[in-house]
Amino acid sequence: MTSPQIEIQIIACIVAIACAIPGVFLVLRKMALISDAISHSILPGIVLGFFLTHDLNSPWLILLAAITGVITVVLVEAIQKTGLVKEDTAIGLVFPVLFSIGVILIAKNANDVHLDVDAVLLGELAFAPFDRWLVAGADLGPKSLWVMGTILLITLVLLFLFFKELKVSTFDAGLSSALGISPIVMHYGLMSVSSVTVVGAFDAVGAILVVALMIAPAATAYLLTSDLKKMIYLSVGFGVFSAIAGYWVAHWLDASISGSMTTVLGLVFLAVYLFAPDKGLISVMYRQRQQRTEVSLLTFLLHLNNHSEENERHINHLQEHINWQKVRSRTVLDLALKNNMIEIEDNVVSLTSKGKEFTDLALEYIITNKDEKIEFMKDDFFLFRG
Amino acid sequence: MSLSEYFELLISDYTLRTITLGTAVLGAICGMLGSFAVLRKQSLLGDAISHAALPGIALAFLITGAKDTNILLLGALVSGLIGTFWIRGMITKTHLKTDTALGLILSLFFGFGMLLLTFIQKQPNANQAGLDKYLFGQAATLVEKDVNLMVIVTGICLVVLLLFWKEFKILLFDADYTKTLGFNTKFIDVLITFFIVLAIVLGLQTVGVVLMSAMLLAPAAAARQWTNKLSMMVFLAAIFGAFSGVFGTAISASQNNLSTGPVIVLVAGAFVLLSFIFSPGRGLLFRELRFRKNRRDLELQKTLQFMYGISKTHSDISHPHAIKILNDFQGFTRRSLQKLEEKDWITLTGQQWSLTQKGFNKAKNLYNQQEDD
Repeated sequence: MTSPQIEIQIIACIVAIACAIPGVFLVLRKMALISDAISHSILPGIVLGFFLTHDLNSPWLILLAAITGVITVVLVEAIQKTGLVKEDTAIGLVFPVLFSIGVILIAKNANDVHLDVDAVLLGELAFAPFDRWLVAGADLGPKSLWVMGTILLITLVLLFLFFKELKVSTFDAGLSSALGISPIVMHYGLMSVSSVTVVGAFDAVGAILVVALMIAPAATAYLLTSDLKKMIYLSVGFGVFSAIAGYWVAHWLDASISGSMTTVLGLVFLAVYLFAPDKGLISVMYRQRQQRTEVSLLTFLLHLNNHSEENERHINHLQEHINWQKVRSRTVLDLALKNNMIEIEDNVVSLTSKGKEFTDLALEYIITNKDEKIEFMKDDFFLFRG
Repeated sequence: MSLSEYFELLISDYTLRTITLGTAVLGAICGMLGSFAVLRKQSLLGDAISHAALPGIALAFLITGAKDTNILLLGALVSGLIGTFWIRGMITKTHLKTDTALGLILSLFFGFGMLLLTFIQKQPNANQAGLDKYLFGQAATLVEKDVNLMVIVTGICLVVLLLFWKEFKILLFDADYTKTLGFNTKFIDVLITFFIVLAIVLGLQTVGVVLMSAMLLAPAAAARQWTNKLSMMVFLAAIFGAFSGVFGTAISASQNNLSTGPVIVLVAGAFVLLSFIFSPGRGLLFRELRFRKNRRDLELQKTLQFMYGISKTHSDISHPHAIKILNDFQGFTRRSLQKLEEKDWITLTGQQWSLTQKGFNKAKNLYNQQEDD
């Protein structure tokens, strides 16, 4: 590995961590799309900042652009407050307009601005090591490393200082204001940090891929855990993993680093989405199928309970009466037999005492809808675990 | 070129006519289908789909090696649809929320698309240039063939809209009721989503991936302000969309260095702003005026009620009282007294006022809601 390669990977990791932390809170607060809006609408701020500073890494430019990001949030909320359109429409209206203004500003001043919309949107990490910070002739490393490092440091400090406040206001805004922690201050604090992070990162990975780095690790972690701290650790882990793996994929394909980082993130997400133990697609589908069978079983038991006449309880009759397919009836019958709920004599099904007890309890649960009635049944059945 | 020159050229110049027609048709179809997206609270679906279409374009090019617009758009359609259904799968099957699902699909698909695009650029194939026009769109590259395609799709879309109007409408406003009526909600849902995706994909070439969502939303959001009727809203949105297309093209053609997409979006944004402010029913301006009027009426009625409270203790309700006794009362001004007199509720003589019979009755029945005023 050459030194620029190492530097690129370090920058990528720092960007990934800096994005993952606010991303967790955005995802939990159902504001993931605000990051998308901010990442687009900072464009006019960047352009204006660039006119003033002529340096893409200047702190003033970052500040100015971050303010544009916060303005976006304020605008969205103002429009939403008029009640004329819904929140998502408000977001969808504000950021394209601001972005268009940015694009037009660039186009109209093409001669003065060495700024490309492509560069803002897509970024190019491969060039990051070439823009170095020189102080009195000494080479202190790539500028974006310093910029993102500072942003990450600020984010971390704020996270440690306000972890409890953030947690409370994220999960229970009412409780948080009752405790004297203003959810509004937390909201705008988070928005400001997100804005600054997006602005700092756009240079390295581009505006849209910042969104991926914010949302994807957090969403992936959210599928794996319900613990806030674990979620933060996991999303930082996913971010760093995809940063390094993404770099090498890009190296191998000779393609955009940020693109391949996102692709790796996407693959990680896909894997977790499919295979996560409790909340993954496969386990959800499995659970739903189980539940369907169990509901059928319950229907079946209730039917048996309701009918004492033999012809109603004949195996062949059940199929036409409850209108089940053959396979389904077989599954349900087998399940009931296996659990000793029923016994079959001369093709006539009847409830065992255990089955009777179970059915009565289930009935009581259905009528009263009280959880304690079925506590002990939960071990046998998925159905009552929800 | 000035704006008037543009409109003169519009008649004579073939290219300009094609582009204008294209953006107008695009605006119209986006407005129509956008109305459904906005009302179904799927405004940002457009944003996600347009980004999700990018890898489809790149893959279509990688597989066929040809830069035929139709094939590329087909790829975009397929990948947009995959994105859409994945979003739905995520929302229904996992506990991830809509916004997270949208953001994920948007950014992950786009990132994958970028990977493919940069990969294609490194290939020794000179044919690849120009794929990035789908990022920001270039109306100038519209040719007659593209416009024809748009017109055909718009036509099909219109026919389907008319055929399934009732179904779309009822699904929009009461999905559960639709189901109980025995309609196949899944089919209707997929149908309308398919057309929304189709409209987005069509617009990619003109306004690009990034700004497409505004094309879909803005005309519909503007139209929403003027009417509470679905048919009217769809119609108005189509008109607003078409006008945004035409004006946007006109403005960008009359200036140097202005790409069409952003200008169209800004024009559409201006429509929204104007509608927000000036629409008579919901607009901010008229709402504020109504508030003020109500506040004034309320103050007048308060004063009248206070006077009524004094007068009813006298056997003669028109017994004159000094204006001075109103001094402690909030909401009383010289002007409000004059207003009351204009309405013939009181008479003023010198420093004294007296309630008229009409004013007395009015005050007596003020809180009687059965009474018309």
